[in-house]
Amino acid sequence: MIDLLNALVVLGNFVIVPAVSYGAQLALGALGVTLIYGILRFSNFAHGDTMAFGTMAVILTTWGLQSIGIGFGPLPTALLALPVGIAVTAALMLGTDRLVYRFYRRAKAVPVTFVIASLGVMFVMNGLVRFIIGPDDQRFADGERFLISARDFRTLTGLDEGLAIRTTQVITVVVAVIVVAALFWFLNKTRTGKSMRAFSDNEDLALLSGINPERVVVITWLIVAALATIAGTLYGLDKSFKPFTYFQLLLPIFAAAIVGGLGSPLGAIAGGFVIAFAEVTITYPLKKVLGYLLPEAWEPASLVQLLSTDYKFAVSFVILLIVLLFRPTGLFAGKSV
Amino acid sequence: MGAPFLIGEAMTGGYGAGPDILHDCTIAVDPGEIAVIVGPNGAGKSTGMKAVFGMLTLRKGSVRLNGEDITALTPQARVGKGMGFVPQTSNIFTSMTVEENLEMGAFIRRDDFSDTMAQVYDLFPILKEKRLQPAGELSGGQRQQVAVGRALMTQPSVLMLDEPTAGVSPIVMDELFDRIIEVARTGISILMVEQNARQALEIADKGYVLVQGRNAHTGTGKDLLADEQVRRSFLGG
Repeated sequence: MIDLLNALVVLGNFVIVPAVSYGAQLALGALGVTLIYGILRFSNFAHGDTMAFGTMAVILTTWGLQSIGIGFGPLPTALLALPVGIAVTAALMLGTDRLVYRFYRRAKAVPVTFVIASLGVMFVMNGLVRFIIGPDDQRFADGERFLISARDFRTLTGLDEGLAIRTTQVITVVVAVIVVAALFWFLNKTRTGKSMRAFSDNEDLALLSGINPERVVVITWLIVAALATIAGTLYGLDKSFKPFTYFQLLLPIFAAAIVGGLGSPLGAIAGGFVIAFAEVTITYPLKKVLGYLLPEAWEPASLVQLLSTDYKFAVSFVILLIVLLFRPTGLFAGKSV
Repeated sequence: MGAPFLIGEAMTGGYGAGPDILHDCTIAVDPGEIAVIVGPNGAGKSTGMKAVFGMLTLRKGSVRLNGEDITALTPQARVGKGMGFVPQTSNIFTSMTVEENLEMGAFIRRDDFSDTMAQVYDLFPILKEKRLQPAGELSGGQRQQVAVGRALMTQPSVLMLDEPTAGVSPIVMDELFDRIIEVARTGISILMVEQNARQALEIADKGYVLVQGRNAHTGTGKDLLADEQVRRSFLGG
């Protein structure tokens, strides 16, 4: 019995808790991708770097706040800096839309043209972020580090294994839940949100109904800027901020959006957790968990790590391939790619 | 008798910079009347109606609504002027509920449109029953009701229907025609394109037979049904 509990605690500590917070971060990222796909009708390859830009804006604001002595008590100061980061990112998104995407929209360009244009935008943002904050790792989490540390958990429960829950992990999940609830309320209950869904569903009929496409586009970018900044900041708080890592996040994020069904917000969330759990479970050495669960004689000699963490992107890729082969519209029947 | 309420007069034009599809074609309708455009395949029936709605470039001719020249207006602006249009395909928001479809129909209205919605529900009781269901899950006839209901939400003075009975069963077709007559009785002008020429002309106050983008025959529905030549060429005897 104790062994079972210990096994669960190990699993919780190294797989479930990290995967839940990573999944929430991916879900927020995938929501941005899926909104752009559903409403602006292209795959935005610049999304990872948008997250990097937003996070950078938040980090710079955080440093500014810290230098004048403003903190957020036990919570990270970055949460206070979020609105500023979102505003700066929104300005960048709207500027990019004016400068780049609007031209192609007026020319009624095919989606692949938009994708390539977004690739260009990605490189520019990539350079912009490195130019301003540099390519190095930045840590900007402050405040209380643990909600409960492994040692406290052990003394509290008397178990051999500890379960650590970091503040940033809890914040990630809480913020993600609030953001998702707000987004769904907006899309399903407000006139503007409904008009965005109508535009995504049937562009011609939306035009006939008097829905102004440019307004829908602007609001989409604003929401995407907020989602990207929040997702990036939560990821950075939980791990650390490094521009290249954010660029690499593009793959699991797209995998999440496609697995869930491109264009489906609900799918993006489900996809985020599917990818996160798969990635964390497959790259975590399960030896300890199995050691508790199996009789002594069966205890595995190896680490039972199915894949080295260096190959974690292979997980997203394989899931992506499987979904595209067997269910191209994703779990929640989005648009087929 | 004065000028008709809505008239597309001597329209010549085609899609974009393409060749002319309509040649000197005239289509008109008066308040509370049903005008039907019929004709063989490729005669330019839908094109004629789209021309009235501003979806193609007219090289000659004009469109006037209640005496006002609206030839230069975009389709969206015409919706604002009181014209409702139900396209032949993709005429509903499939992922949205019936009620949301109606709300989107009323998007340009800033006033309280619950009365209009109640009227639409009175006209199409089945929609009230299914108002929380995604419109894409409804049957073909019910979808057409959603489409017509959506267009009625702006309280248009003219309702334009592009083959409202395409792909529905004969029973559903009769029911749809009954509803269209009801709509016309409320004073709304109806302009519609129909494949089912005979049934459509039976309910039509005015009929336009188009052939190759030209007015071939024009008259009341009854006259056209009685016309020997029209019967032979288009109604199958």
